[in-house]
Amino acid sequence: MTATDVRPDAPEAPPQRKEKPVRVLSFSQNLSRWDLKFSPYLYISPFFILFAIVGLFPIAYTAVISFMEWDLVRNSGEFIGFGQYVWILENPHFWTALRNTFSIFLLSSVPQLLLAVFIAAMLDKNIRAKTFWRTSVLLPYVMAPVAVALIFSNMFGDNHGLVNNILTDLGLPAVPWHKDPFWSHVAIATMVNFRWTGYNALILLAAMQAVPREYYEAATVDGAGAFRQFWSITLPSLRPTLIFVIITSTIGGLQIFDEPSQFDNTGEGGAAQQWLTISLFLYNIGWRDWNFGRAAALAWILFLIILVIGLINLLVTRRLVRDEGGRGVTIPRKRGLSRKGQGR
Amino acid sequence: MSTTPPLAMVEQPIATAGLRRGRGDRSVKIRGYRAGFWVYAGLALVLVSAVFPYYWSFLIGSGDASTINDPNMSWIPGGNFFANAASVLNDPAVNFWPALWNSIYSSTLIAISVVVTSTLAGWAFAKLRFPGSKGLLVFVVATMAVPMQLGVVPLYILFSDLGWTGNVGAIIIPSLTSAFGVFWMTQYLQQTVPDELIEAARVDGATMFRTFWTVAVPAARPAAAMLFLFTFVTAWNNFFWPFIVLDRRDPTLPVALSLLQSNYFVDYSVVLAGVLLATIPLLLLFAVAGKQLVSGIMAGAVKG
Repeated sequence: MTATDVRPDAPEAPPQRKEKPVRVLSFSQNLSRWDLKFSPYLYISPFFILFAIVGLFPIAYTAVISFMEWDLVRNSGEFIGFGQYVWILENPHFWTALRNTFSIFLLSSVPQLLLAVFIAAMLDKNIRAKTFWRTSVLLPYVMAPVAVALIFSNMFGDNHGLVNNILTDLGLPAVPWHKDPFWSHVAIATMVNFRWTGYNALILLAAMQAVPREYYEAATVDGAGAFRQFWSITLPSLRPTLIFVIITSTIGGLQIFDEPSQFDNTGEGGAAQQWLTISLFLYNIGWRDWNFGRAAALAWILFLIILVIGLINLLVTRRLVRDEGGRGVTIPRKRGLSRKGQGR
Repeated sequence: MSTTPPLAMVEQPIATAGLRRGRGDRSVKIRGYRAGFWVYAGLALVLVSAVFPYYWSFLIGSGDASTINDPNMSWIPGGNFFANAASVLNDPAVNFWPALWNSIYSSTLIAISVVVTSTLAGWAFAKLRFPGSKGLLVFVVATMAVPMQLGVVPLYILFSDLGWTGNVGAIIIPSLTSAFGVFWMTQYLQQTVPDELIEAARVDGATMFRTFWTVAVPAARPAAAMLFLFTFVTAWNNFFWPFIVLDRRDPTLPVALSLLQSNYFVDYSVVLAGVLLATIPLLLLFAVAGKQLVSGIMAGAVKG
């Protein structure tokens, strides 16, 4: 390094003040100071260098491309301003895709979270073979979304699908799962719910386990029933975790691609765009029509939508948390008292 | 690790409940004492719905082309599973074996790289003080909201410039890092490594790297194992980007699955046999590491 001339036992470092000799930095001390100062950057650099190249650069470049008419042959673009954004926003398919995406997102996340809270509450009971039940709940999570989509689109077949067979056996009319927009959204949302409900239940279960059991005992002594206990003790303590789960499922749900793309064998989102989602639309624009400028513009629009919806979710749920009132103050204190059960 | 404390909390009440058991403990209705019949019934229902799609794909996959159209279909599997599986495995248009190999090695490389980069960066963010650390970490976490779709167009252009489209490298490189991984490791190391330990190492004259190696790496091991599992499962199941960039002749398993339906077969028996075949490797992994995966999700939630 630069300080090699300062030897460990440099004999004449003239003391400037008699009482307090200046500390002569030895080589190893100097090295150690450099080490302390710069090695953190060394540790984060592998992540950040890769992240900048394959994560950040493409995002910025997408913005650039979205203002261009991209020429695939020459692989370069011509600047056209907001033209691609205007094209997207004026395209009726975009609005259909937006509506479909929201519809599928709501049909999947709302029942999924309700079910997940319910399943978590069951797992939170004092049950036998805890590990077995917890593990079984996660079984759908390991199946690839594409595999889930293939199995479920088979079960939701219009003519001879399992679900319609059961419905007609019960004397009910068969449901047009592929023809009707709403029912196609229900079918696709079912695939999402199948894969993610157990996962979210486990996250919520973790939060439930952090609630001190004394609360429930005290509530029982006070005469609160099971429902009242769930409503007044369990749910309020779940709120931070609920925010986390809601935000992550928003981010994931608005990007949905795998399930709708495999819902039939053309992957176009249905003859009348019944289940065309934004991501599927993006793929069709980019890799079927080969128009990268428009695909890039749509990607940015999708990102802005996710940001806005995510922020709205955050604000709404945070307000709910603040409404909790004094409880937020008492929980940590009581937790401190019953340390032995808490861990971390 | 994280599962033990709650257990300790629950175990205690059982002991008292046990004393009263037998003579109708109606008076004791404290939540968490004993799970009633309906809890097991509810969980059994959840289990059945979790397993049913697997069973359904085996049922159809073991039949023949006519099974799916038979309204009086039997609930007992037929005998054609191996024949259907063989037609998936041997079909040159599906490329099952190359797809399996591609999935295994791309997911493994991605998981290794994410674990290494995340442990290094997580250590720095959790325990080392340096200018800009807070801001950088917030920035990393914020990028978790960025959808994959926002990067695909330039990445595609970049890889086709390099002549890499169709190459598995094109799906490995963009996934080599994970913002979630850094966040996960930072949280974990912050909570598990006491500052005194690092100070002690410094006093003993250990270099920063030696401290990292002897303090951080052993401490990070459980979290690293879970991060590896999660990244592996996510990479294995990833579809959007591989579907865009990979050649149909050299796919990963999810892409091969999509080919089963779109290009080739209308025979659902073969399609669902293929789905089950492609799911078996991850089912095996789950059988071995399912517990870890569960505790990983639960640990992540507490910190999230």
